[in-house]
Amino acid sequence: MAAYILRRFVSTIAVMAMVGIFVFLLLRLAPGDPAAMIAGKSATAEMIAGIREKMGLNDPMPVQFIRWVRDMLGGDFGTSIFAGRPVLQLISQRLEPTISLSILTMIVSVTIGVSFGILAAWRAGGLVDRILTAFATLGFSVPVFVVGFFLIYLFAITAHWLPVQGYKPIDHGFGPWLVHLILPTVTLSIPYIAFIARITRASMLEVLSEDYMRTAAAKGASSYSMLFHHALKNAGVPILTVIGLSFAGLIGGVVITETVFNIPGVGRLVVDAINNRDYPIIQGVLILVSGLYVLINLAVDLSYTLVDPRIRY
Amino acid sequence: MTLLSAPVEYVPTGRLRISGLPRLARRHPLVVIGGGLLALLIVLALAAPLYAGDPLNMDPFKRLQPPSAEMWFGSDNLGRDVFARTIFGARISLMVGLLSAAGAALGGVLIGVIAGYNRGFDNIVMRVMDGLMSIPTILLAIALISLTGPGIAILIVAITIPQMPSVSRLVRSAVLSVRERPYVEAALCGGARLPKVLWRHILPSTIPSLMVQSAIVCADAILTEAGLSFLGVGVPPEIPSWGNMISSSRLYLAIAPLTVFAPGICLAVTVLAVNLLGDGLRDLFDPRAKRRRR
Amino acid sequence: MLMQKSAGNDVLLDVRDLETHFVGDESTTRALGGISFQVKKGETLGVVGESGCGKSVTALSILRLLPKMNARTVGGEVRFHGRDLLELSDREMRQIRGDQIAMIFQEPMTSLNPVYTVGRQIAEAVQIHTKASRSVAMAKAQEMLRLVRIADPERRVNNYPHEMSGGMRQRAMIAMALACSPELLIADEPTTALDVTIQAQILRLIADLKERTGTAVMFITHDLGVVAETCQRVIVMYAGSIVEQANVIDLFARPAHPYTQGLMRSVPDQRRGRQRRLPEIPGIVPSLREPIVGCSFAPRCPFAIDICREKTPILRDVGSSHAAACWRAEEVMGA
Repeated sequence: MAAYILRRFVSTIAVMAMVGIFVFLLLRLAPGDPAAMIAGKSATAEMIAGIREKMGLNDPMPVQFIRWVRDMLGGDFGTSIFAGRPVLQLISQRLEPTISLSILTMIVSVTIGVSFGILAAWRAGGLVDRILTAFATLGFSVPVFVVGFFLIYLFAITAHWLPVQGYKPIDHGFGPWLVHLILPTVTLSIPYIAFIARITRASMLEVLSEDYMRTAAAKGASSYSMLFHHALKNAGVPILTVIGLSFAGLIGGVVITETVFNIPGVGRLVVDAINNRDYPIIQGVLILVSGLYVLINLAVDLSYTLVDPRIRY
Repeated sequence: MTLLSAPVEYVPTGRLRISGLPRLARRHPLVVIGGGLLALLIVLALAAPLYAGDPLNMDPFKRLQPPSAEMWFGSDNLGRDVFARTIFGARISLMVGLLSAAGAALGGVLIGVIAGYNRGFDNIVMRVMDGLMSIPTILLAIALISLTGPGIAILIVAITIPQMPSVSRLVRSAVLSVRERPYVEAALCGGARLPKVLWRHILPSTIPSLMVQSAIVCADAILTEAGLSFLGVGVPPEIPSWGNMISSSRLYLAIAPLTVFAPGICLAVTVLAVNLLGDGLRDLFDPRAKRRRR
Repeated sequence: MLMQKSAGNDVLLDVRDLETHFVGDESTTRALGGISFQVKKGETLGVVGESGCGKSVTALSILRLLPKMNARTVGGEVRFHGRDLLELSDREMRQIRGDQIAMIFQEPMTSLNPVYTVGRQIAEAVQIHTKASRSVAMAKAQEMLRLVRIADPERRVNNYPHEMSGGMRQRAMIAMALACSPELLIADEPTTALDVTIQAQILRLIADLKERTGTAVMFITHDLGVVAETCQRVIVMYAGSIVEQANVIDLFARPAHPYTQGLMRSVPDQRRGRQRRLPEIPGIVPSLREPIVGCSFAPRCPFAIDICREKTPILRDVGSSHAAACWRAEEVMGA
């Protein structure tokens, strides 16, 4: 087990190194002078030279890379060109709304998605299954922002039930915080509900045809116990896997959802950074998000042992 | 936009049996519905100049008009014809979707085939692919475009690169499984050259899974393009694309909802058509999957 | 028909004209063509036949465990203590499964849930049918493991199925099935997937436990040798019908159906030592998708004459408590 964790951890570092090299080269190998590009069209020669100096672009590449990695390991993700403040600080100020939205979305989409998938598998081929399958296909196809505007139009503009946009920090009260997050969460959850429901259904269908399900039925187990105790735990590994893998997609969705609902999170930070040509911020978010993704999937891998006693590392 | 594509397993025995459209429609309605819808959209987009007005013409006196006989979907905040813009917007979405799918398929096949044959290359390139997969598609595209500035060509490249890992993995696993087959060994022992064996014996067997995966990539690419344009880093703002339209009209959602929903619904229908086609193809090539899904 | 007249108090399970179909996209398979038989209290009834003859379908139809998607029991009655199981609600049926009628399956390797301990799976059966607490049920599970002679039951209750051998898993299955002291145990090829030596142990175990608990056993097998060892009465099935029914001594002494004879000839006889080659019954089992005209065994039957291909024989008495569905049963018995 310890050996496996170690091996998995090493490969995690390898993946992160790949991400690092990629992000590092992206700026350096992009056509044109990165310093000029970052400085923008109206920059003077001194400004460009200043940026070049500040980013150490005059040094040889390997030197730049080692310094870049060492700085990041020390918590220095560079300085925002526009705000002039450390990237890490800017990101951490924007974390609360993003984390709130992501966690709520995960809770909602896992709960609903898994339930839908179980329901569809239980009544495979029936009306409920058909409706849920149609919903899942639709959920994949409608873009997050279209859903968002549709919900805003329906529940905020027309019905006035919920706020149109914005965010209230949780220390201003749980109620306002939640009310502002309802529409964004529903919006962002829809594709994940569709995705998780689809995988859950397929995985459950496989399990439901196993011999041990018949054994459970022969014992007199109820449908509820068959589905939720006997089948779900066996279907758990693939479901956990996709929850981990869909995290990368979730972040993409977060960026768009925060824009639709005007939530001042990390996603907005990135979008604003594009407009300000603030590459250090984009780079910092990219590295942190990829690191988080890799760690989450490591955790998912290790959690398999909790679900399935046959898996031993 | 979202990395929501379920991984396609490589299906070794895919055979295409089509004996007449009615039979296909009965057995695999999704292929016909999705394919038909997609074909219709392509025709409508290509024929746009024949029936739709000028998508770029601004009329300051006709801003945010409701739908009328002259402008079926009304006008936007600059007095442009929303119907014409929506129709012309289809061109962008379909072009980006189809080109990205083709690009990802081509690149994926190339990488996958070489990785399947050369262990050294395999080790390196698959780690790179792991790294690529851990970066959210949208963020990767944002990073690329923030360096180069917006443009359709760089947009397609930015959308295609993150799609390559899934395709190349698929092709690689196909090559790995096929190269051990007796007929491939026989062909190699018989003195056939490697590229010929690849072309004649290995690639054809990957086509079914490749088609399914391409449909998934295409749907994903259309969503990503729209998402990026919506964020302002996709198609240059002067070109009418669905994402751009929604982005510039969102402030007028309460006054002129159609300016947002017309492109939004078209976007959803297009992606739905591609997804249905993909699902249908999957069932067509892998009957087991269909039984599982029913 | 035979043996149904004596539907007295000693009858535990009374199956009448049970007919089960498998409904496919393009065709319907008549897996059970209306079979009737009884299981008496405390007896062991053997059900023999080649694979696909409807043995397992019979068992699963009785317990209503066939997949609802494509299997339909379209006719007949399954009377258990006088109540027709086919008429019960799902809830009532669940109360009977595992409590009054229990079942063990062919594949011990896959019939236990891999993600729960064996003890917990046995305890589950107890908890479903009694008000026992978790700890009482676990104690019962341990006791059951001891009963089926699993060494070190204190430790084994906490084992997962993959930590046990095939024979041990089948013992655990038996422990689970007997945990609620059922009146009828349906054993569907319980030894087929096991090694020969383990097979013998399991058979002995089932026989012993049956002695001790008085449970009636419906023993499904394709192996006539197993039948001879364990059963009092036997029914022989072919193509979804019962073709012969007798007590075990009569069946082996004077088989009345050519199919039964064929089965016997293909049993390896230990006295003859290693035989050159087991004679097989020539031909294949007919498709049950199309209606069968005449006797379903006729195409493979050495005794077949014209009437066999034209009229379907029904089960008729050929001796005291011995019945066969063959036009030429008397000649067959004499042969």
